[in-house]
Amino acid sequence: MSDAKQIFIKDATLNAADGDQRAFIRKALGGYYVNRDLQKARYRDWERARDAASLAKWTAVNDLANQLEKFTANFERNGGVVHWARDSAEARAIILKIAADVNAKAIVKSKCMTSEEIHLNDALEKAGYGVVESDLGEFIQQLRGEAPYHFVFPCMHVKREAISELFTKHLGTAPTDSPEELTMIARRHLRQLYVDADIGITGANFLVAETGQISITENEGNARLTAALPRIHIALSGIEKVVNRLDDLAVLLPMLATAGAGQPMTCYNTLYAGPRKPGECDGPEQFHLVLLDNARTRLLADPEQRDALHCIRCGACLNVCPIFKNIGGLAYGTTYQGPIGSVITPHLRGLKQWNHLSSASSLCGACTDACPVRIDLHHHLLHNRRNAMKQSPSLFDRAFHAGFGFVMKRPTLFGLGGKVFRATLPLLKKLPLPYMSAWLKTRDLPAAPAQSFREQWKDSDHG
Amino acid sequence: MRVSLFVPCFVDQLTPQVGLATAKVLKRLGHAVEFRSAQTCCGQPSFNSGQWDVAREGALRTIEVFRGAEVVVGPSGSCVAMIKKFYPELLKDTPHLAAAEDLAARTFEFSEFLVNKLGVTDVGAKFAKKVTYHDGCHALRELRLKEEPRQLLRAVKGLELIESEEGESCCGFGGLFSAKFPMISTAMVQVKGGALARTGADFVVSSDPSCLLQIGGWLSREGKPILPLHIAEVLAHDA
Amino acid sequence: MADARSDILARIREALQVKAPKPHFKAEETAGQPVKIAKPWLPDGGETTEASLLILAEQLAKLKAVLIRVPDETAAGQAVADLARSKAWKQVAYHGAPLVRPVAAALPCPAWEADASFEKQKLEGCDASITSCESIVAQLGSILVSSASSGGRALSILPHVHVVVARVDQVVPDLATAIALMQAVHGEKMPSMLSFITGPSRTGDIERILVLGAHGPKELYLVLVG
Ligand code: SF4
Repeated sequence: MSDAKQIFIKDATLNAADGDQRAFIRKALGGYYVNRDLQKARYRDWERARDAASLAKWTAVNDLANQLEKFTANFERNGGVVHWARDSAEARAIILKIAADVNAKAIVKSKCMTSEEIHLNDALEKAGYGVVESDLGEFIQQLRGEAPYHFVFPCMHVKREAISELFTKHLGTAPTDSPEELTMIARRHLRQLYVDADIGITGANFLVAETGQISITENEGNARLTAALPRIHIALSGIEKVVNRLDDLAVLLPMLATAGAGQPMTCYNTLYAGPRKPGECDGPEQFHLVLLDNARTRLLADPEQRDALHCIRCGACLNVCPIFKNIGGLAYGTTYQGPIGSVITPHLRGLKQWNHLSSASSLCGACTDACPVRIDLHHHLLHNRRNAMKQSPSLFDRAFHAGFGFVMKRPTLFGLGGKVFRATLPLLKKLPLPYMSAWLKTRDLPAAPAQSFREQWKDSDHG
Repeated sequence: MRVSLFVPCFVDQLTPQVGLATAKVLKRLGHAVEFRSAQTCCGQPSFNSGQWDVAREGALRTIEVFRGAEVVVGPSGSCVAMIKKFYPELLKDTPHLAAAEDLAARTFEFSEFLVNKLGVTDVGAKFAKKVTYHDGCHALRELRLKEEPRQLLRAVKGLELIESEEGESCCGFGGLFSAKFPMISTAMVQVKGGALARTGADFVVSSDPSCLLQIGGWLSREGKPILPLHIAEVLAHDA
Repeated sequence: MADARSDILARIREALQVKAPKPHFKAEETAGQPVKIAKPWLPDGGETTEASLLILAEQLAKLKAVLIRVPDETAAGQAVADLARSKAWKQVAYHGAPLVRPVAAALPCPAWEADASFEKQKLEGCDASITSCESIVAQLGSILVSSASSGGRALSILPHVHVVVARVDQVVPDLATAIALMQAVHGEKMPSMLSFITGPSRTGDIERILVLGAHGPKELYLVLVG
């Protein structure tokens, strides 16, 4: 068993038994379901909109090299600087070099999952820079020393009392149980940090090939401040974030907000074209974009699952996933949690180590229905399982299914086996058999009937 | 019409009454019913475990068994979805794709067959009980059946249908998932089973016997006063 | 070793050698048919100005942004001055657009034009900012500001209150129209920042409970002239 799998099973089992925490998560998501349905109802045809969104991403991803070339040429024409990084180490090195070149001291960041992926904060802190997360949820997680729980709602698992204690401890503020007051504490604390920071680091939700703009989606305004006040702006993005035309955003921006957060639009959807232009009164002197591969091209090379690169990181699939809701985001041990994380992590970090996430699913398909860009999420979990079996079959599984297959090919043997199984079921229930005892720990099995269907059936009665 | 019954392997062995009830309803509607005893398992457990080679053998066998059958009807959204949706995927790059698609087109989930193929919603059943309905995920999302079973239930004399919270939530069965990740599976059935029990219904009805195994097993362990029942058993009830 | 750029582009081209099937959607069956409005499957933005204004008012109310309709610029000035008095603003920064200047002149408190370089700290100390905008999207209640129309990047995000003064004819039905307009106006020379503002700044990060004014303005006013 891989280390990651062992940790996963331990954490998932623990969290699944924590009824209070699970109820807290369900309650927290309650408002989202209501708002999402209200917003979806405003769409004249939601399914048609999903088609359009999916097609926009399909078109870009399947022409990625050309669109990236076009995008970067336009980005540079706008005055920005493009850097390419094959992997995390290269991306970190690029950002460290920029920081050294501009003689930076303090860095403010807005929410950027790609930076979690490359463990950027660690690297920056080790090099002596002060780094502050400005998104409220990320700020709280940074103080907690914990990874984000959900890639859109980073601290949704933390109760207000814990946040109040955290702020008292780190910021010296008086305890309060008001979310409003807690938010204002963070606001006041972070304000001066934007003003003082030399570098602002953001992510990017979309790279618009046609215009060379990057698009950033956020609710709080912290990304806008991060890209407005420091003298250097660095954006970090996966290469798959490209869309061909600006007009594609007319579909993708509202759908991202509705699917992921139940909003008509996220509060700020901002397009950046280069650093401060002549005649503009503020904005950074330099605008850098780091484009990261980090195994995305490996996923791209699998045409069956290529659509996983269409992901716009809205978070909808997490919000509806019963696995996510019951085991929580931290148990995944991945940058990207929930169904999309279970699909792509094996590609990004290795199938052998991470296939257990694909197995840990009932394949209910709620994610696939929720995805605004129609990624075939739950079927990809099946594909991962198949690929893992091909790559490194577990002996137990092999033997189990070979035996099962052997019996199923032989109806008489199947009938006989069934008979023996039914006759000995009361005994079997008492034995420490794999699967059987796991089931019986929390659930009963009905008593076995004396006769199977095939034993009772006579065609003549029914002809 | 001559209907060939597709009886999932665990229905055959553990809940044969579901297969018998399915046949009874079809007969009552005037159709001839056969059971081809060479059938065993559709191969889904192996398919879901990534053992596609083993599953493919199961698929080919099942295709062979039902060769020439006019229509194939099964009382399980999950096993029917295996035939209708996943056989073509399994056999995609083989010479058997056409045969898989042919079988898929002739195969129906029980409520789908009654409502969409036969155009029947009232099968002449009587069942004076309060029931709530659980959508199996395969029926709901792979086969897109949501209204069909409800139409059938609403037409049953004396039956009161109550919808539950967590209406479209998964029960946590997921085949071997329920035994490989028992605690996650249990957490899921706590949410779903709890909501079903809160409806105050006498029975939780579903078109998926495997979900009923999970839900029923948990309800029984927790001592909740609501019993699992397959939709075919409700529709077979006429007294 | 090849540089990262050529390497990554080569990997992509290699990966795309094997084609992924193009998804078949109902959508394409209706493609090519004449449609009056852009993307008729998205939320309605209204086919007439009246309809659009109704939708806009409804959207802004749901977003907890305040819409103030006034007949002319004098009335706009009065409305904002009333606001300043009732909220006891002590200092206001504004963008020197033709529509904004007279409004700023009518303020009862000190106001300064933030169009040349300014001290970040000074802006941080302001109670409110007043800007113009590029367009207003009825469909979503979004206000499109830019570094050109709103005095740079910080003015519309740093102060606690943001007031936008616009003309009724700046209201467009939907996002697609706003984007097309923006491309027509700026062409290849896009302002370095364009932002669709949809309601006052907000967060739900604490227990998913909505709080306004997370980092950006806590209050957003749209003064619509005409
Ligand atoms: S996979 Fe789909 S639903 Fe999940 S985050 Fe990505 S876009 Fe959203």
